[in-house]
Amino acid sequence: MRLTCPLCGARDRREFTYQGDAIMLTRPSNDDPTAFSDWLHLRDNPAGRTRDLWYHEAGCCAWLVVERDTVTHAVHSVALVEGEDAD
Amino acid sequence: MTDLIARSPAFGLTPVAYGATTLTEGPWQQLTALMPFAGQTARICTALQDAYGLNFPAPGRLTRAGHTTCVWTGRGQAFLVGSEPVQDLARYAAVTDQSDAWVTLDLTGEQAAEVLARLVPLDLSPRAFGADHAARTLLGHAAIQLHRLENGFRIRGFRSMARTIVHETADAMAAVAARAALD
Ligand SMILES: [Zn+2]
Repeated sequence: MRLTCPLCGARDRREFTYQGDAIMLTRPSNDDPTAFSDWLHLRDNPAGRTRDLWYHEAGCCAWLVVERDTVTHAVHSVALVEGEDAD
Repeated sequence: MTDLIARSPAFGLTPVAYGATTLTEGPWQQLTALMPFAGQTARICTALQDAYGLNFPAPGRLTRAGHTTCVWTGRGQAFLVGSEPVQDLARYAAVTDQSDAWVTLDLTGEQAAEVLARLVPLDLSPRAFGADHAARTLLGHAAIQLHRLENGFRIRGFRSMARTIVHETADAMAAVAARAALD
């Protein structure tokens, strides 16, 4: 499996670390404890398209959002979570 | 008073030679990590131009002028190699001395790329990885920085991983030399 990092280009899977559903990027307010708890703990396990966070640990050290298909193994897109510049 | 003995990061580990391939410790050079503050990359380029005549490198690249090199080492980060950092750089970037934290190893000879092909998950053919390319990647399990030399490759790894990197590279060198001897 290869992921095409926007900074590094096509790289082998072993350079990356998988984190989980990219829903972690959209933290809800904690006014509603049930909604917050669902966001924190409940995950779908779809056969098909997923949107996940990956970390290019052995490359540029950027966090990436990867859209891929768990059925066909197609990788549809890889995008930086933040800009090219760090801060 | 204890008399301390200064040791280079690869002291006692190199040189290693198999067939036509050699692994030696690279020259000790001043290494400075530059991490431009948000939106300051253009200003850091101007400061680097004024001081050394080179630009902050694009991702996956290095820039060179005289004995100074600026090597991309990750998102928003590059190493200034071979020169003292001028004061001005700290106005636009986080500037950290890294000189003693890394081991520099030079793998040279005609079969250097074949040796690295057993350890590094990158296409290192000249058309994919040229003289101005710089990568952060893996050598076995060790995180490294990599770029070309005229007759091989320069590997920069964490100083604490020096023994592992030399060991794994030496094993691959022996295997490539053994295979060449069969042909
Ligand atoms: Zn990357």
